[in-house]
Amino acid sequence: MIVKILGTGCANCTKLEENTKKAIESLEIDATIEKVTDFKDIMSYGVMKTPALVVDEKVKFNGRVPSPDEIKKYL
Amino acid sequence: MNFITQIFNVFNDQFLKMTWLYELVKSLVENVFRIDYSSKLGGSIHFFIYDTIKIFILLSVLIFAISYIQSYFPPERTKKILGGIKGVKGNILGALLGTITPFCSCSSIPIFIGFTSAGLPIGVTFSFLISSPMVDLASFLLLMSFFGPKIAAAYVIVGLILAVIGGTLIDKFCLEKHVEGYVKEIENVDVEVEEMTRKERISYSKDQVKEIINRVWLYILIGVGIGAAIHNWIPQSVIQNVIGQNNPFSVVLATLVGIPMYADIFGTLPIAEALFGKGVGIGTVLAFMMAVTALSLPSMIMLSKVVKPKLLGIFITIVSIGILIIGYLFNAFAYLII
Repeated sequence: MIVKILGTGCANCTKLEENTKKAIESLEIDATIEKVTDFKDIMSYGVMKTPALVVDEKVKFNGRVPSPDEIKKYL
Repeated sequence: MNFITQIFNVFNDQFLKMTWLYELVKSLVENVFRIDYSSKLGGSIHFFIYDTIKIFILLSVLIFAISYIQSYFPPERTKKILGGIKGVKGNILGALLGTITPFCSCSSIPIFIGFTSAGLPIGVTFSFLISSPMVDLASFLLLMSFFGPKIAAAYVIVGLILAVIGGTLIDKFCLEKHVEGYVKEIENVDVEVEEMTRKERISYSKDQVKEIINRVWLYILIGVGIGAAIHNWIPQSVIQNVIGQNNPFSVVLATLVGIPMYADIFGTLPIAEALFGKGVGIGTVLAFMMAVTALSLPSMIMLSKVVKPKLLGIFITIVSIGILIIGYLFNAFAYLII
């Protein structure tokens, strides 16, 4: 599974990346995290408020940083 | 009717103005610090403690409630709602949605690009961009706390009118070509995100409170500090002569000082409150607040990445002139609302 973190590098984006890593570790699944920082690429997902989580090219949520537990259900 | 007015007054005094806190801090200053409340020092300490606590309480409660409402209106959804509407109606709706869509200057680029690539007229986008930082539910309730319901309502109404007229004028001038080329090349994508659950909305709202307080606490302390200094240390005559009714250019001065300042409405209010208390005209005070919130250096720099200098200049000019007109009108007709 490919997990993408969309965000231009704000504090929230780093936090979302951390939380997502934790969620992946505790689920023990095989997933790679990619960061999308160019805002033209971010816009191509239709996201206007970062950070956002994209799993297998589908936007799961955006504009907030859920806890690792919450992120699990999107993976 | 009398009964309703009474309930409203109790709500306004206890919850918004927090008269109980006013008395509590007063007795703290007099009985614990042993400083005369009516002295300069006592008055400043009282202003500082009372205003700081009041703003932080209001801020936390309001941001929580408003974030909850806003979680139903992310910009992605606003874009879709605005998509099918044309003409002035679009500008009005854009201005109104600006009041409930969460916004900070850091998201103005993606919002601008998102709206433009969805084919919205740039005037509608500008109506949204003018109203969003300037008018929202939180600022309405805070203004009620500091200045009372009439001024709060007046601020919101003229703010919305400014956003609608500003956006409409930008439409009329046909400035579409002054949007940076690459913006139009970006394809419009509508995103479908799962609806949040109630629990998620609550945790989102809590996060917003933490994040916003983290971002603005310093500005609030500085604002309250300046407010306390104006309140007790600068003689009334000096303020009257510089930005009071004695100076016909007071509104121009307040606007020019306000534009480069970067603070949100929470940091601006204590300064505005202290100026108003010193007899500065309400129009001058409102012009100052609008200039600080609607036109700030960081958001101008952000916007300059998506629009060409000419359009940015026109935008700044229209909003500044609007603020000046509002300021002078309010000063002229102040007797109607105070």
